[in-house]
Amino acid sequence: MTEMTTTVEAPERGLPPAREPGLWQRYGIVVIFLAPALVLLGVWIVYPTISTIHRSFYDRSGDNFIGLDNYRTLFSDATLRKAIENNLLWLLVVPAFVTAIGLVFAVLIERIRFSVAFKVAVFMPMAISLFAAGVIWRLMYEKDPDQGTVNATIAVVHNRVQPSGKLPNALPSTETVTGSTKGGLTLNTPLQPGSVAQIGLTGILESSMPPNAVQAVVPEPLAGGITGVVWRDFKPGGGTPGKVEQGELGLPNVTVELRDDGGRRVGTTKTEDNGTFAFDDVQAGTYRAAIASDTFAKPFDGISWLGASLITPSIMMAYIWVWAGFAMVVIAAGLAAIPRDLLEAARTDGASEWAVFRRVTVPLLAPVLTVVFITMLIYVLKVFDIVISIAPGSSQDDANVIALAMWRTSFGGVNDFGLGAAIAVFLFLLVIPILLLNIRRFRREA
Amino acid sequence: MRRRWLVSALLVGVVAIVAAGCGGDNGGSSSGGSTDVTGSISVMATWGGDEQDSFQAVIDGFTAKYPNVTVKYTSGGDNLATLLSTAVEGGNPPDLAAIAQPGLMTDFANKGAIQPIDQLHDQIVSEFGQSIADVGSVDGTQYAVMYKAANKSLVWYNVSAFDQAGIEPPTTWDDLTKDASTLKAAGITPWSVGVDVGWPITDLFENVYIRTAGADMYDKLAKHEIPWTDQSVKDALTVMQDIVGDSGNMVGGTEGALQTDMPTSVANVFTDPPKGAMVTIGDFAPGVTQTTLDPVTGYAVFTFPSIDDSPPSVVGGGDLFVEFKKSDAADAFLEYLTTPEAAEIWVKRGGFSSPNKNLDVSVYPDEITKQTASAIGEADTFRFDMSDLQPAAFGGTPGQGLFKEFSDFVKSPNDIDMITQQMEADAKKAYGG
Repeated sequence: MTEMTTTVEAPERGLPPAREPGLWQRYGIVVIFLAPALVLLGVWIVYPTISTIHRSFYDRSGDNFIGLDNYRTLFSDATLRKAIENNLLWLLVVPAFVTAIGLVFAVLIERIRFSVAFKVAVFMPMAISLFAAGVIWRLMYEKDPDQGTVNATIAVVHNRVQPSGKLPNALPSTETVTGSTKGGLTLNTPLQPGSVAQIGLTGILESSMPPNAVQAVVPEPLAGGITGVVWRDFKPGGGTPGKVEQGELGLPNVTVELRDDGGRRVGTTKTEDNGTFAFDDVQAGTYRAAIASDTFAKPFDGISWLGASLITPSIMMAYIWVWAGFAMVVIAAGLAAIPRDLLEAARTDGASEWAVFRRVTVPLLAPVLTVVFITMLIYVLKVFDIVISIAPGSSQDDANVIALAMWRTSFGGVNDFGLGAAIAVFLFLLVIPILLLNIRRFRREA
Repeated sequence: MRRRWLVSALLVGVVAIVAAGCGGDNGGSSSGGSTDVTGSISVMATWGGDEQDSFQAVIDGFTAKYPNVTVKYTSGGDNLATLLSTAVEGGNPPDLAAIAQPGLMTDFANKGAIQPIDQLHDQIVSEFGQSIADVGSVDGTQYAVMYKAANKSLVWYNVSAFDQAGIEPPTTWDDLTKDASTLKAAGITPWSVGVDVGWPITDLFENVYIRTAGADMYDKLAKHEIPWTDQSVKDALTVMQDIVGDSGNMVGGTEGALQTDMPTSVANVFTDPPKGAMVTIGDFAPGVTQTTLDPVTGYAVFTFPSIDDSPPSVVGGGDLFVEFKKSDAADAFLEYLTTPEAAEIWVKRGGFSSPNKNLDVSVYPDEITKQTASAIGEADTFRFDMSDLQPAAFGGTPGQGLFKEFSDFVKSPNDIDMITQQMEADAKKAYGG
């Protein structure tokens, strides 16, 4: 806009005052030079804007004038309200983060070796289109740790800290075994010395059975001791739950605990290849046999980055990743322009590095930071492609932003161009104050 | 520049005249082909990848008969409905397009965006039967040729998973749920469900609903003559809880299912070792994923089981070819698509069920396609996919309307009342009530 005004004024100022120019010379040339730009602006900006505003007052078919109804829907419809809320969140979080991260990178980069390599690495995402970046992050955010890079990374740490158990998916086969795989399973039948415990488990994949497992057997009772068996209580077709049958394998090497009436552990043992275990020399009394929860510890199954609750932060993270490089480069350029003697002077006066950063660097960088911040405000208001490429269909409502809502309403199958136009106008109105602010700043700087 | 353009225009003209002259010799011959018809038509459909290659073979079959017509095919993918709506609004639609939603076809017909093809009506009835002709008409006017049909009343399963669990394909819902728990006991996740885009789960509902409520209620619900809050809907959802009600029934649990797209849901079953044992999806399943398994011995299919002695019913889909711009070439292409030979080209390549009655079933290349395709004819009841009969905003849009509400149902399967109310509210909005 500012450029245009200067072009109009320039010839007037530049004309020699001596001779009165003809009408043609005065305006004709100006018109010729302006015409291409004006035509393009008219066709691509002015006409669509007016037409969109006009369309927003009509209903879905475009035949009936319905006044402000579309705008009312805009604020009453739950999906659209969620989009507006999400956009607000974007405005609050993303520009601040991008600017802050860019600033930190820019300041730190000045002090490291190989700063160019680092700069290139951080700036690289800018070379990818937002849509492609979205596709990359969508894959990285996959819930399954075997597929999603992010969850795979977490899984490495998680499985080191809390290794998965021997039988992560096992379930009790009958109701005599209770508890949960989280808290461990207990056989509810009271046991006395001489009893035989049968702990049947299902939900164990045949191919995940240890190779040393053999046919399960019910052990003989042991005088003064408690014996039992832990086995995979399943054979093709299901078999009879709770009964050790031909073809059902024992579960070897499972840690079984013997607990007394108070639930205290009085002994532990491991099962044999045929699933049997035995506790010798058990004093008289009632006991319970149990398998502790660490046997059932599940491997890390992934954080649902793309699920309803995390989707918006996930997309924001990807967006910040893309734009941090831009912020860094712009701020680094601003940083290079700061007079070094000011920083030196502050340091000579005994200011700490932190104080120099806060009291000298940041204030001097303020204009650049504002540019980055405002640019990001505008971009974030219009954010669209990264959202549509990351959010799966089932969480698009939760990831919705105004621009996406506009697209989905107009083209996404609803085909309500009236309401879509109203959303577009609303977005336009939101951007205008920021644009005005920016134009004012340009003027002041000029 | 200008001169050269003129020269080439003249040349084209000459060639056209010569070609037309040659065509005169065998014009009127019975094969249906002709060199009289000239022009260039653009066709859009959802088919990409292998399906695109197959359709291209069909087009080649057409251009062999009509050598002076060029056909340019563009794949619209999943966004076809969007692309077409936008193109219609912008006044520049393709000549022909295959749309999968009769609801969208009705929208277009009411807008006057598509052309009547009543001249083909009799031929469509004789090739496909009255019910298919009805699917392609709006208020008694023929608008579409249903070239490709899909049987969506199928359950695909992994044979080795069934062997490990020692079960046979079930024929009743009770057996199905029993088999599912047997699979679970064997350590195999029984179901792979792809909820990401939403429609696979609406297909599951339709299959359950047509069995629990019957075809008449199905028609009523499809036309919104009964509300979505009707008890029959709630009953069907309650039956669906047998599958989606327990996170452990689905590959990746509820959260995983919500993010699984359709091809992945199939791939989960068509791999070794399988991640899930069964997936309910249409007859196109083998075409959407690469698999190392062999049909019949690696993966196989059974008909969606009967619920409480319901009669065999097929819920299906189809691709309806409509004409946006009338031309001889476009008319000829539509006529060609009604013929058994146009169907046969794709049938032989696999992954295709033709609704054409006059097609010889023996041309189907393998046992599985023969099984899925013949089920369409054998069923007592055939109904078009219900969500496709709805206005697009309610039944055909990812993330909205039914797609959204059914994925909400998977998210919280116990909120049946709330979800049916939301469905009814959205249905009212879409029907303008």
